[in-house]
Amino acid sequence: MAEASATEPESRDRGSADRGSTDLGSADRGSADRETAGRQTAGPEAANPEGAGPETAGRERADDAVIATRALTKRYRGGQLAVDGLDLTVPAGSVFGFLGPNGSGKTTTIRMLMGLIEPTSGSARVLGRPMPGAARTVLPGVGALIEGPALYGFLSGRDNLLRYDAADPAADPRTRRARVSAALDRVGLVAAAGKKARAYSLGMKQRLGLAAALLQPRRLLVLDEPTNGLDPQGMREIRALVRELASDGTTVFLSSHLLDEIEQVCTHAAVMARGRLITQGAVADLSAGARGRLVVTTPDPADAARVLKEQGAGDVVAVEDRVTAEPPDHDLAEVNAALVAAGVRVRGFGLERASLEDAFVALTGEGFDVAG
Amino acid sequence: MRAPSPLWAFGLLRSELLTTFRRWRTLALLGVLAAVPVLVGIAVRIETSDGSSVGGAGGGGPAFIAQISNNGLFLVFTALAATLPFFLPMAVGVVAGDAIAGEANAGTLRYLLVAPAGRTRLLLTKYTTVIVFCLAATLVVAASALVVGALLFPVGDLVTISGTRITYGEGLGRALLIALVVAASLVGVAALGLFVSTLTSSGIAAMATTVGLLITVQILDQIPQLHALHPYFFSHYWLSFADLMREPVYWDELVRNLGLQALYAAVFGSAAWARFTTKDITS
Ligand SMILES: Nc1ncnc2c1ncn2[C@@H]1O[C@H](COP(=O)(O)OP(=O)(O)OP(=O)(O)O)[C@@H](O)[C@H]1O
Ligand SMILES: [Mg+2]
Repeated sequence: MAEASATEPESRDRGSADRGSTDLGSADRGSADRETAGRQTAGPEAANPEGAGPETAGRERADDAVIATRALTKRYRGGQLAVDGLDLTVPAGSVFGFLGPNGSGKTTTIRMLMGLIEPTSGSARVLGRPMPGAARTVLPGVGALIEGPALYGFLSGRDNLLRYDAADPAADPRTRRARVSAALDRVGLVAAAGKKARAYSLGMKQRLGLAAALLQPRRLLVLDEPTNGLDPQGMREIRALVRELASDGTTVFLSSHLLDEIEQVCTHAAVMARGRLITQGAVADLSAGARGRLVVTTPDPADAARVLKEQGAGDVVAVEDRVTAEPPDHDLAEVNAALVAAGVRVRGFGLERASLEDAFVALTGEGFDVAG
Repeated sequence: MRAPSPLWAFGLLRSELLTTFRRWRTLALLGVLAAVPVLVGIAVRIETSDGSSVGGAGGGGPAFIAQISNNGLFLVFTALAATLPFFLPMAVGVVAGDAIAGEANAGTLRYLLVAPAGRTRLLLTKYTTVIVFCLAATLVVAASALVVGALLFPVGDLVTISGTRITYGEGLGRALLIALVVAASLVGVAALGLFVSTLTSSGIAAMATTVGLLITVQILDQIPQLHALHPYFFSHYWLSFADLMREPVYWDELVRNLGLQALYAAVFGSAAWARFTTKDITS
């Protein structure tokens, strides 16, 4: 990344304004996790024997992974196979993007993790304990926003939170009012707290749902499409909130079909399509999977294309004044020098970082469409 | 993780009661129930203002209606007898039917469960709240009737069905006892409604089904050919509460009624539990 940006003064810099200092922190964490989390599914399977086996064998793994599923499968009544043999590992401290087109099984997976539905087969561990079996001990440490907020329209925003907090037997009633006020403050809803939730806008409801997930300090936050219905300002606030929570050590599991969103906040990601896991790993690794492209801007595209081919670049494509290619293995400075030496008027020269979207398309071999 | 105090488990019940009794719908149901004794009282007052008695000697209409003009306390018994066959169980059916299904419909159920409320705890809380509603609804009818009766008619010593006299104070005691028995008579419908509520994620459907079942059972209870089944209908012994106005009290059917309600509560309570604790919550 640092190397690439040194040689790409003009390249698109997605969301760089958005990457605050917290991002640096999460990048550190990300690289540390990468060593243990591993890419693809080989890691967890080998090290996390399920069932009656002794805890000790999987101890390190289980402590490390906040969510670990094994061959998790859900077939709904009516026959729809919504999740198919999912092996997911979410490392502690990560901001984990759970990505997939509509109907790919994201919400279904989250429902199983939260004990709302029973898996057809396979198993899931959350915070090191089996779900749905250990729901009582696991869920107080988990804040969740699942398939959008749901509120009691006839209660005020504050009363909604009081009710949800009362439902948690691990929540101390003595601190309830204070925690509710703090949560309202955190999502910027203090002014509207006394208003009936029926009269809330979609974005306000979404914020109140988030506040419910933040009523207590959580070890894990599960957010199913949290920016749905929010204005750009609201989206930015959510991203800032996610980063802030992550820097406090909360693991955030974030489902979305917005690639941009995942790219901007997540350290790790998994990609689902048609109920199957296509890949998982650190975001940097995933986008590295689809390599960045060399982009030359020049009024002499034909010459530039010829020189690039001579220099060993593959897949050279010239469109108007832009020539793109797979970068050759040797130093790009030499490539640039060769272009100049050949009399090509180079106006721009740089690496265009591969986006997660490119990675997704490369992985699924298809667009971002709804599976039937 | 901190060990939760056992008493914190009641936080949910408190919240549930507050939520239920702050709803407009609940208040409207209670309002309608409170209006019934007012209407009956005024109707009797108008009809008897010329000195005649209600319904003639044969006595049509709900039990005790003929005695109201002599003693306002009888309006309590009349009002309970008038509301028990339909208004009261319908109100209970609405609240019970909506208990789980309404939350599922609104999506709030999933958030209660991930809070985590616990499925058994949530179901027990819901059932307790419906029972409290049964009691509240019955007491609203009784209290409204007591006030209206005292305002529109003379009060004083009263004559039991058996012809003995009891003091007004003792009469009040019997009225309270009758109200409690009437509330207990609704326990079976409450369990039935709660069970229906676990079957669907549409509050309206659950309410309509429960009220539909209520009407069906009432009709079947009137068909002589089904005589053998009648003792198993939850509404069959409902009007036995009048036996509390005998001297001595005739307990036979009262006990059978309470036993039947307990049976319904056990059967449908277990069914609701079995269903709810294994159900996929997808709404
Ligand atoms: N309650 C249900 N009963 C039957 N099938 C269901 C149910 N819920 C979801 N499905 C099916 O399961 C599949 C996965 O759905 P799911 O809601 O998990 O997708 P998703 O990834 O969350 O999609 P989105 O991005 O639209 O939220 C879909 O094909 C859907 O039709
Ligand atoms: Mg979804």
